[in-house]
Amino acid sequence: MKNPQLDANKALIHLLSTEGLPRAVLEQILDRAAEYVTEMEQGHKKFPVLPGKSVFNLFFENSTRTRTTFEIAAKRLSADVINLNINASSTAKGETLLDTIHNLEAMGADLFVVRHAQSGAAHLISQHVKPGIAVVNAGDGRHAHPTQALLDMYTIRHFKGDFTGLRVAIVGDILHSRVARSQIHALSTLGCPEIRVIAPKTLLPVGVEQLGVHVYHDMAAGLKDVDVVAMLRLQNERMSGAYLPSTQEFFKYYGLTADKLALARPDAIVMHPGPMNRGVEIDSAVADGHQAVILPQVTFGIAVRMAVMALVAENQARAVAHNKGYAA
Amino acid sequence: MKPTVIRNGRLLCPAHGLDQTGDLYLADGNIVAINEAPAGFVAEREIDATGLLVMPGLVDLSARLREPGFEYKATLASEMAAAVAGGVTSVVCPPDTDPPLDEPGLVTMLRQRARNLDLARVYPVGALTKGLNGEDLTELAELRDAGCVAFSQANHPIVNLQVLYRAMQYAATFDIELRLRAQEPTLAGDGVAHDGEYASRLGLTGIPVIAETVAINTITELMRVTGARVHLRLVSSAAGLALVRQAKSDGLPLTCDISINHLHLADIDIGYFDSLFRFDPPLRSVRDREAIHTALLDGTIDAICSDHTPVDDDAKLVPFAEAEAGATGLELLLPLTLSWADAHKVPLHLALARITTAPAAMLGFEASLRPGCRADLALVDLDDYWMVTPAALKSQGKNTPFNGREVRGKVKYTLVKGKVVYTA
Repeated sequence: MKNPQLDANKALIHLLSTEGLPRAVLEQILDRAAEYVTEMEQGHKKFPVLPGKSVFNLFFENSTRTRTTFEIAAKRLSADVINLNINASSTAKGETLLDTIHNLEAMGADLFVVRHAQSGAAHLISQHVKPGIAVVNAGDGRHAHPTQALLDMYTIRHFKGDFTGLRVAIVGDILHSRVARSQIHALSTLGCPEIRVIAPKTLLPVGVEQLGVHVYHDMAAGLKDVDVVAMLRLQNERMSGAYLPSTQEFFKYYGLTADKLALARPDAIVMHPGPMNRGVEIDSAVADGHQAVILPQVTFGIAVRMAVMALVAENQARAVAHNKGYAA
Repeated sequence: MKPTVIRNGRLLCPAHGLDQTGDLYLADGNIVAINEAPAGFVAEREIDATGLLVMPGLVDLSARLREPGFEYKATLASEMAAAVAGGVTSVVCPPDTDPPLDEPGLVTMLRQRARNLDLARVYPVGALTKGLNGEDLTELAELRDAGCVAFSQANHPIVNLQVLYRAMQYAATFDIELRLRAQEPTLAGDGVAHDGEYASRLGLTGIPVIAETVAINTITELMRVTGARVHLRLVSSAAGLALVRQAKSDGLPLTCDISINHLHLADIDIGYFDSLFRFDPPLRSVRDREAIHTALLDGTIDAICSDHTPVDDDAKLVPFAEAEAGATGLELLLPLTLSWADAHKVPLHLALARITTAPAAMLGFEASLRPGCRADLALVDLDDYWMVTPAALKSQGKNTPFNGREVRGKVKYTLVKGKVVYTA
């Protein structure tokens, strides 16, 4: 089956998932992000990559953090940014998702950044937009959050240099996590030899081993000798539906404390996609400790999102020009 | 009907193993003779069936006709035309119309409207509970007298087991058959796909196999104490079929069916969230599909149905989990059964029995070429390969995951009560 994110030359035209993307594409994104990081460290804040292009931030699910980072990234690329927070209930009243998209296309959108509560929403949109319009998935249901995973990969590469000798542990609510799924696919593709997931059985998806991970239910065993600890946010609603008895019990057995982190490699880094629940999945001493790289993640996130938007827009433009050449 | 002779066809009868070239004589709505004309028979119509398979018309145990209430998805007229174009001469329709078939007047009206169309025969299944609410029983005996052949909840659950227990006791009192979906609603939750590795990968909420096995165990336990007759609709898993096999060997009056979709497809076919592959029950694993093939051959599964569900485009052009489940199928029941037989080297009469003889027996009639039986027939060109496309389908429902697939077997004539109701 053709990967809908790639054109015939295997160039990235939408970013929907980290699954199925070639290593070269992932590395291209990370390399481009590295260039932006270097330039921004030298004080550059504006890059003439997308002048006159309209980026629509289309958030069907609330998120301040992710939307803001996409907004900053698009503005640094000199694009015009339009933010739309579309309450899911207002679409339920009438307009369908695709009607909304077609209306915004008519307003001149060039790139959609989409967050939606349903898995597969970004795929659906990418199948129905006009040629030349790119779609970047900013989180769809439990399925994928590729820019988060890519900024995590950037962070790991920044601090560890390379993936091929690493042990990475992903800790917490794997079942409901689009971040975890996208991290697992990206790590596998980039050559990480040992990916662990640590969670109680209620928070693990069926058949997760087949994604190529080792499953642990015990933090002490799972964290032993790892190089990277990727924590996940635990949503409060997991306390209903019998996934977990309480946040206190979760913290006792699966919260990251200094004691537990001591089992990892001494130079292990601690990541978190934010926003953190201190005292639920992570202890403040760790979150603010010297092994935490949570704030660098945020900074790198801007560069990674710039890289993604720049690449898909460039590749879409090339594809359109190519097709025009054929038509002429 | 005019006395009719069908000449020189390949007469194939799954009921008694007949497979020979010959002539079939029809009069007064029935088959009257094979090969030798009865004394005094004067044919007023002759159909040349050279090169065609002559078989009993198909009996589809589940096809939604969408009237009343969902005329924007399909109409009785469009779907009855689709039925006869697919060689289906008897259609069993589930009660999930709007309003549901929970009052005798609705059933009478549906049957009358179907009779006026004069195409396939319609066998309504009545709603087991009022408005399919899962709580209050409908007037089962009255509805049966109005023409309901069985009772079901369609895909609506009965959450309260006390209600199911009493429904089975009451149905057993009148020897009424219940058609039940084996899916424990509290375990199915808001799932939309088979709870396996593929759904985990796509981040789709799963419906675990235990939702089916727990329900089958519950239903069979209740059958043991109530004596109710039950037909399980659309069993989907290997573990579920193993329980059905055991219950049958224990002598319980249990039958079951599966759909052409589950016969051919599996969860991985969902690909990148293709909502045409959204079904209820969900498409399960490849291993489950293999178990369906085995269970069809050993008789654990009695019948293959189309589970025909015309869905409008708008209800499919949404994210996977929000899409309406189901696919059009009346015109694909025969070709997809033939594809299965071809792929697994199943003898033709055995495969066709699952869409003719076996489901007819559940409705209490014999689908056969034997003299004295109904002249409900399909004449099929087995060597006609055709492409499934929206334009090739008469049904108003064009939604099918088999779109673009080449299939074998084209119906050339369909006869109901000896009368030609469809000609290709």
